[in-house]
Amino acid sequence: MDKTQNNKAWFLVLPVLVIVAFSAIIPLMTVVNYSVNDTFGNNEFFLVGLEWFEEMVTSSRLHEALGRQILFSAIILAIEVPLGIYIALNMPKKGFWASVCLVLMSLPLLIPFNVVGTIWQIFGRVDIGLLGHYLSKIGIDYNYTNDPLDAWITVIVMDVWHWTSLVALLCYAGLQSIPNAYYQAARVDQASRWSVFRYIELPKMAGVLLIAILLRFMDSFMIYTEPFVVTGGGPGNSTTFLSIDLVKMAIGQFDLGPAAAFSLMYFLVILLVSWVFYTVMTNLDKEEGK
Amino acid sequence: MRLRGSALVMTLYLLFLLVPIYWLVNMSFKTNTEITSTFTLFPNSFTLRNYVVILTDPSWYMGYVNSIIYVTMNVVISLTVALPAAYAFSRYTFMGDKHLFFWLLTNRMAPPAVFALPFFQLYSSVGLFDTHIAVALAHCLFNVPLAVWILEGFMRGVPKEIDETAYIDGYSFPRFFIKIFMPLIASGIGVAAFFCFMFSWVELLLSRTLTSVNAKPIAATMTRTVSASGMDWGVLAAAGVLTIVPGALVIWFVRNYIAKGFALGRV
Repeated sequence: MDKTQNNKAWFLVLPVLVIVAFSAIIPLMTVVNYSVNDTFGNNEFFLVGLEWFEEMVTSSRLHEALGRQILFSAIILAIEVPLGIYIALNMPKKGFWASVCLVLMSLPLLIPFNVVGTIWQIFGRVDIGLLGHYLSKIGIDYNYTNDPLDAWITVIVMDVWHWTSLVALLCYAGLQSIPNAYYQAARVDQASRWSVFRYIELPKMAGVLLIAILLRFMDSFMIYTEPFVVTGGGPGNSTTFLSIDLVKMAIGQFDLGPAAAFSLMYFLVILLVSWVFYTVMTNLDKEEGK
Repeated sequence: MRLRGSALVMTLYLLFLLVPIYWLVNMSFKTNTEITSTFTLFPNSFTLRNYVVILTDPSWYMGYVNSIIYVTMNVVISLTVALPAAYAFSRYTFMGDKHLFFWLLTNRMAPPAVFALPFFQLYSSVGLFDTHIAVALAHCLFNVPLAVWILEGFMRGVPKEIDETAYIDGYSFPRFFIKIFMPLIASGIGVAAFFCFMFSWVELLLSRTLTSVNAKPIAATMTRTVSASGMDWGVLAAAGVLTIVPGALVIWFVRNYIAKGFALGRV
């Protein structure tokens, strides 16, 4: 659509600016302020420059947490995106069962994060949980509080349980917007199931799929509550992701300076990756518009 | 054949989704002794005691009231400010619009953990600590950008001729916006409200940091069940079940919007 040039539109955006400025810029500036200062308490601060940043860039603790975080996000995306697409392709197209599927699939999305954690904490426990109980019954030594691998598997399965529906729902929406004529044309051409998917369904889903990937990347990179409730970052540090480490540092130990420097770099990493996604997305939009 | 395969896949997937929830519901109807001493697939001695505990103790049920109050406030605030902004983004180009749009989105990307402590200090210093409005405003951080993003997608689908016709007919901007434009994107507003509700309802880190007693959300109250006498598993499970109920109700009411709305807009 052709848009009109009109700088008065700023007035319409103003309320958003005010509210987001209050809840984003001021706190962000506070963080920037912390990141270059040190304190001995009593609200006395003195400038230390980039010292905290240097400390954090070289800290092995941060590197480990970052490594775990990247691994976690990669695994999550590798499982949830194909699975989400697969589920979306298998959902009933319309009618009563489509509604039932929609409602049931949205259910995990609306459970508060810590309740999700609680559900899986209970579900996986060997003494009282269904999963843990049966796994140990068939002879698998499963204990997510002691074994790092089990803890990882639990956290990943939990996240798949929690968020695959979001990817599936978005893809489903993309599929719904494909006119029936496309499928009929494909049938006339005797296209195989795979080429229908590859040349009709996938391109039509590309837009929403990118949104889904973007949302999943951002949220899995910021994941805090669920693993915190289930494993508390343990055993040892094996499931301590970036956010958990950050909260430990900022609120647990009150190391404000390093924590602030950490936050800023953390934010920048997310920003960078998201910017790449966003650019790709808007370019796709433009191509579609042509 | 193909249909059967799909049905099988869906059944398996839905089972995978529902079994953990079933287990929680199951546990909420058991007594604590049954939970810890025996392993049963159904509650043997069916009890409502866990729910009675929650619904008769103000420190429990006020958690739900608090959560619902701040979530509602957040949805109203987010939509009120996001509607005109989304209209501006969908209809006009203006200085710095693209940068502004991306900047808004970056706030959706900011890890709440980064903001927890500064928020605490900011809201304490302006005397908003432990109020519902504080949590509602804090959640605007990620809900306003999301609402703008979703609404902009819907508004772009409305032809501009409608605006022009309305102006020729002598409508003023506010009247046009409320009387004509908003009904046209009703399903978009529904979807945006659903997403705002969802992200505000499930968020814990900020709402826990910003409250202590008066506005404490239910999700934070749940940590109470760890007491000196060990875990009160039954009450914990019952509280969990009750947090799922409002979400399920909301989904049920907007289910048609979701199907329709998802397809129209960009989310």
